[in-house]
Amino acid sequence: MDYINTHLLSTTLFFPLLAGFLMLFLPKDEAKLHKWFALGASLVPLVLSLVAWFNFRPSQAGYQFEEMYAWYAAIGSSLHLGVDGLSLSMVLLTTLLTPIAILASFGINDRTKAYMMLFLFLETGMLGVFMAIDLLIFFVFWEIGLVPMYFLINQWGSANRNYASLKFMIYTMGGSLGLLLAVQLLGVLFKTYDLQVITEQWSTYTAAIGGIPASTFKAVAFWAFVIAFAVKVPLWPFHTWLPDAHTEAPTAGSMILAGVLLKLGAYGFLRLVLPLYPDEAKYFAGALAFLAVAAIVFGAFGSYAQTDFKRLVAYSSVNHMGFVVLGIAAAAFAVGTNDARIALNGAILQMFNHGLSAAGMFFLVGVIYERTHTRNLDDFGGLFPLVPVYGGILIFTSMASLGLPGLNGFISEFLVVRGAFGVGVNSVSVMTVYTAVSMLGLLFTGAYILKGIKKVLHGPMNEQWAHGEHKLTEINAREVIVMIPLMALILWIGLYPAWILNVINRAVVMLF
Amino acid sequence: MNFPVLSVITFTPIVAALVILLLPAQRKNEARAVALASATFALILSIWVYFAYDQTAAGYQFVEKYSWLPALGIALHFGVDGMSTPLVLLTGVVMFTGVLISWGDDDKHVMAGIQDRPREFFAFLFLLAGGVFGVFVSLDLFMLFFFYEIAVFPMYLLIAIWGWVQTREYAAMKLTLYLFVGSVVSLVGVLVMYWQQYQNTGVLSFDMLQMEKAGFSQAFQNIWFLPVFLGFAVLGGIWPFHNWSPDGHVAAPTAVSMFHAGVLMKLGAFAALRVGIMLLPQGAQTWSWLIMAFAAIAVVYGAYIAFVQPDLKYMIGFSSVSHMGLVMLGFSTLNQQGLTGAGVQMFSHGVMTALFFAVTGMIYDRSHTRQIPELGGMSKVMPFAAIGFIIGGLVSMGMPGFSGFVAEFPIFMGVWGSRWLVAVIASISIIITAAYIMRNIRQVFFGEIPEKLAGHVGDITVLDKVAIVTLCVLMVGLGLFPGLMVPMVETGVQNILRLLGGA
Repeated sequence: MDYINTHLLSTTLFFPLLAGFLMLFLPKDEAKLHKWFALGASLVPLVLSLVAWFNFRPSQAGYQFEEMYAWYAAIGSSLHLGVDGLSLSMVLLTTLLTPIAILASFGINDRTKAYMMLFLFLETGMLGVFMAIDLLIFFVFWEIGLVPMYFLINQWGSANRNYASLKFMIYTMGGSLGLLLAVQLLGVLFKTYDLQVITEQWSTYTAAIGGIPASTFKAVAFWAFVIAFAVKVPLWPFHTWLPDAHTEAPTAGSMILAGVLLKLGAYGFLRLVLPLYPDEAKYFAGALAFLAVAAIVFGAFGSYAQTDFKRLVAYSSVNHMGFVVLGIAAAAFAVGTNDARIALNGAILQMFNHGLSAAGMFFLVGVIYERTHTRNLDDFGGLFPLVPVYGGILIFTSMASLGLPGLNGFISEFLVVRGAFGVGVNSVSVMTVYTAVSMLGLLFTGAYILKGIKKVLHGPMNEQWAHGEHKLTEINAREVIVMIPLMALILWIGLYPAWILNVINRAVVMLF
Repeated sequence: MNFPVLSVITFTPIVAALVILLLPAQRKNEARAVALASATFALILSIWVYFAYDQTAAGYQFVEKYSWLPALGIALHFGVDGMSTPLVLLTGVVMFTGVLISWGDDDKHVMAGIQDRPREFFAFLFLLAGGVFGVFVSLDLFMLFFFYEIAVFPMYLLIAIWGWVQTREYAAMKLTLYLFVGSVVSLVGVLVMYWQQYQNTGVLSFDMLQMEKAGFSQAFQNIWFLPVFLGFAVLGGIWPFHNWSPDGHVAAPTAVSMFHAGVLMKLGAFAALRVGIMLLPQGAQTWSWLIMAFAAIAVVYGAYIAFVQPDLKYMIGFSSVSHMGLVMLGFSTLNQQGLTGAGVQMFSHGVMTALFFAVTGMIYDRSHTRQIPELGGMSKVMPFAAIGFIIGGLVSMGMPGFSGFVAEFPIFMGVWGSRWLVAVIASISIIITAAYIMRNIRQVFFGEIPEKLAGHVGDITVLDKVAIVTLCVLMVGLGLFPGLMVPMVETGVQNILRLLGGA
């Protein structure tokens, strides 16, 4: 036990990787074994992160469970891990969604071994980003997570997967190019990649670089960081990879993509952009808020216009993640004020909430796609009487996504809007306008969610699914089990958000 | 250390080449067995040297010196430092895996490996390997040249005899002419240096450790740095003298391509570093902007050209130009990070490109085509080769967690430290590389197997798999644990920096 106590994070981080390599030695054709092995392996990090969650002391400042190992001494980078309230909630989200996604992919029968291995590798990649407190390690995991996702989309995706997977890869790598260069610059300047040291020195750095004033360099580097993260979030107008990738990815791939990978971008804003560039963030917060509002409004419009169920859900991610960035932008305007903290609380909780509801929605789309082999909303209609349980779950999850009071989405969106509006009233009036415009997006959120429900469940029944060989079957026990933890958390956070907000809030107060 | 390990490593392949030649021509398997045995022996010794090298002591180790032609100051002077030790290991690895994948099998109808006159093939290949080892361990300029030519000459025969029927004569001739012109230019420079040293110090010696102290004037260094550096760098595939290299890669048989891209190009870069930068440091400082410009063009241009190649081997050939450009880019920074990165990149690129050519050879031997659009679904018949190629691809893209990242990252940091705009320009290549690697992996290994190939394309042999695993382990190991190699390279870099700073 002593080992676990001192190596909690590294064990959580590398266990999936190790398990993935062990899977190499499993026999090739035992699909069932692969699935159960992967599920079991992904439960271990969940348990470990729960241990971390309950041993975490929210009131203590700084990183906890810190570990540090030599890695690349020549350029001043070490494997430095640690979590605070912000990253721990993201770690928990990741370790929770991975087993759920693996359980959701029990329907996969094509090359299960490779599929499950990639999923476990992906988990390590995502966890690494959240745990890293070394800039280079952050970047390492940031990039490495792309590879398993690329292959998951490329190998197990639907018809247009080649285009979608390459677009995903090139878009994200292209977006990260500026980040890579900026990271290198920081390494050259400070001879270390330790995040705490760099944060301290870079945020107040004033010397000229290569004859160019630091302010210019910092502004460019700020945008290099922002674009890398904005592509991932995704922020309008960098979002176009997302509908393609989501639509073509296998169900579980979409769940993780929407549930965790998008959070990596938002996390980058919180962990790196705000602390490293306080002045630039404040200066450019208006532009960020504009992009966020554009994402909220255009995401909602885009979603409403879709005829493909999965694309509808994909655009809804653009819409929801826009609120996260709106909260961050509002906070950047007025760091240290109460309004900013409220907005950040909302943004971080929204990250967690969107992880739950988006994963749930993608899964439910997958459930019906598996049975009907179509995602076209016009092919459905009036299915509620055929599949009442599925219908109920779909409505519940949709409502969480819509932001119905009593469910989790309401809490976080309310906090973001309250915070942003407060910033508008108390310090920077332009935020009032942005917040007001974002309400338009919220209105259309209601519209597209209801459109989705109506097209699938209500209206005249499409007789095609009522009988014969295409008769629609009810959601099965495994699929319900996938949804139960998601729904339970959605309801729990909706009714009693204090348990998680307590951790988030203390982190926010200490960080910003 | 009393055991003369470096000369044993260097002469093992040469002796093995003679032994193989003495075997009767029809005893193919015996020739192969001797080749494998001596390659394994050289590999073990190079691993031993690698781990026995004392990183805390640094400097030249395992030094041996035998008088050879004292009247002219030529001695057989061997020794390795932090820069050359990884390259000795690299040569051992490529030699070992090159023999494995050339083994062939006379019984099967699959025409893999070398079936035609393996005796002569292995003899020439090993002569080449001996020359390569010799260059990396030589501390005597004359000997360095001697081994350099030994390494280049068998290339002509290997390509012209065992190469790809359609272009082999052309490619072999082009390669040989390019490299000989380059080395003649360097030789002139070296002789001038030799003579100038005599005028300055009154010592007649080709000993490079002596020559470091020859006190060449600034003007002398400015004049002679470019011919010496570029003459060697031709073999390193530096733009605009890279033209021979993709043709040579494509025409060469698999094992020779592995040697060619994996080790021989390092020979050019290494000699350019050892003779050009280390002996003429002030000249290097004067001209570093030009080298950097050439290198940056090579990095981006090579990637672009690789992007549009329909031939798998040409694709890899141009990606080598791009990656060797990164090595030159690292050299041209003349700072610690850039040079360290360049040293690691030489090793990383050597392993990666050897793997690429090995897998390409396996595919070509079975499908008889290298046209990317004509291939497909290869992961179904040769999953092992597919995994190897994917790992190589990730290294090539500079994906973190693999050796390419460990090497490229400090190079870019070094460039930031000298001329930051070049880093921004060169970084474009990362995206282009990612695009063509991913696209080609998908096209070649996934999807459906084309009808023309279905049925007669089979899996690779056990020996092929051993070779792939060996190369992959090195790339992943170095990527996850850069501490295995980087500190060693750093000690070599310290020495170079001392020359640059103290000159």
